[in-house]
Amino acid sequence: MPGELAIEAHGLCKSYGEVRALESVDLQVPPGTVLGLLGPNGAGKTTAVRILTTLLPPDGGSARVAGLDVVREAPKLRTRIGLAGQYAAVDENLTGAENLEMVGRLYHLPKGEPRARAAELLERFDLGESADRLVRTYSGGMRRRLDLAAALVAHPPVLFLDEPTTGLDPRSRIGLWETIEGRVSEGTTVLLTTQYLDEADRLADRISVIDRGRVIAEGSSDELKDQVGGEWIDITLESQADAGIAAAALEQVAAERPAMADGVLRMPIRRRQGAIAEAVRRLNEVGIGIDDVAMRRPTLDDVFLTLTGHAADGDKDGADPEAER
Amino acid sequence: MTGFRHALSDTLVLARRSLLRIPRAPDLLLSFTVQPIMFVLLFAYVFGGAIDTPGYSYIDFLMPGIIVQTMSFGGFVTALGLAEDLRKGLVDRFRSLPMSRGAVLAGRTLADVVTNTVSIAIMLGVGVIAGFDFDAPLPHIVAGVLLLLLFGYAFSWVFAFVGLTSSSPEAAQSLGFIVIFPLTFVSSAFVPVESMPGALQAFAEVNPFTITVDAMRALFLDAPAGHNVWGAVAWSVGIAAFFAALSVNRYKRAVVR
Repeated sequence: MPGELAIEAHGLCKSYGEVRALESVDLQVPPGTVLGLLGPNGAGKTTAVRILTTLLPPDGGSARVAGLDVVREAPKLRTRIGLAGQYAAVDENLTGAENLEMVGRLYHLPKGEPRARAAELLERFDLGESADRLVRTYSGGMRRRLDLAAALVAHPPVLFLDEPTTGLDPRSRIGLWETIEGRVSEGTTVLLTTQYLDEADRLADRISVIDRGRVIAEGSSDELKDQVGGEWIDITLESQADAGIAAAALEQVAAERPAMADGVLRMPIRRRQGAIAEAVRRLNEVGIGIDDVAMRRPTLDDVFLTLTGHAADGDKDGADPEAER
Repeated sequence: MTGFRHALSDTLVLARRSLLRIPRAPDLLLSFTVQPIMFVLLFAYVFGGAIDTPGYSYIDFLMPGIIVQTMSFGGFVTALGLAEDLRKGLVDRFRSLPMSRGAVLAGRTLADVVTNTVSIAIMLGVGVIAGFDFDAPLPHIVAGVLLLLLFGYAFSWVFAFVGLTSSSPEAAQSLGFIVIFPLTFVSSAFVPVESMPGALQAFAEVNPFTITVDAMRALFLDAPAGHNVWGAVAWSVGIAAFFAALSVNRYKRAVVR
């Protein structure tokens, strides 16, 4: 179906009792691309994934995945999607091979294929040697890889990954990113939810920032960063009384005039290369003592602060309708 | 018909999954094997001398009752397993697959039938060693075993509902026991109903456990059962149908906790 979107949602909304988890969410994902759904806990990311994977009926709006309506054509759609989630949904009391074979049988693959496919995926995901070990002996990273492998058993053209690396150590994270990139290069469409800007940055072609059930910004990683502002250098001066002189000395090399923020001099920059050295050299020239210098990049918090006026983790411990259910 | 064939195959795949777990979790294995033996021996030798059961030796009186009780608890694995599947997100995975909607529940309850069969065999073996004497033609004994399995299957569906509605595997297990344990004791399972005080006696007489235990005594010991055998079948079928409908409906809307 050339030209058709792999994932398309219009005005999706969903409430849990009084709590409005989603308020009119629109999404468009062209085939073979990755959409990152970025937002804090409780923003509605998981609710959106649950609707798009037929687990939850929307209260309003409509969505099509792989050309099929998520409500009316749900049974057929389930043969064309793979879901891997933050829970690493694999059976701990089965071996890795038994888990994948079970999923293959439940997809009703032809006789013999579940076993062959399980062996193939275990090899590809670097789990071949652990294929016959019970999953409860696996590490966190191995479980996530197995979970992702389970989502790929039936070669689904559309893959949903709900916070695939939350809670993983850095090495396992990078390994999983490489695996996901491999799938995308083979033409799979991916919708990925994450709390981490760097994850969306690395994997996603387009990013939708979601907060309190609404998409509040949409664009490529660079476009979003431009909205948030670029990088800056935080300089802690030996004496805050020197701030005025320091700001004047740095003004020419800064993207805009440096200003004091939270006791440090904040200097927006145009490019990273040589920026710290240049700043230090200029301050030395005017004889100002420096206590500490650090390069800062926009974080998810900055994106949220800029886009919404509230911090990303502002309601982390408060209303989180998804965590309570 | 493809739909039916898929539903059957999905159910068998999931029943196999439940059964594979048992030898890998020794605590579960004990609950099907050692626990029933323990119950038979404790009741037969600790209470056996103290309870008067006119017309029967206590071991003959006890065996139908204690096997019925064991059947009613056999389904706790279903409650435990479903609560775990919910907590760990496996139910989400299953619901996102193109598999039959009822297969997760049907598979688990079917696996319980297998483990219940093992429990019945072990208990009857131990019972016979302890002096239990069948006093009925073979077809009645076979019918009795089938009734036991049907009764156990009905309670697997009760436990399925408990597992889907409780907040954790631990809660599922204790809720099941709190509800079912008293029901088994306020019945004719371990003592003659006539020995109970008035109010309890009235309850015990209509308790499905009493009806099923009496039916088992009719089938294993040729005791007069009246219409209790068909009454027992009706109770089991009714309980299974009622809780299967509730559970399947609940499963469709199940969410991760």
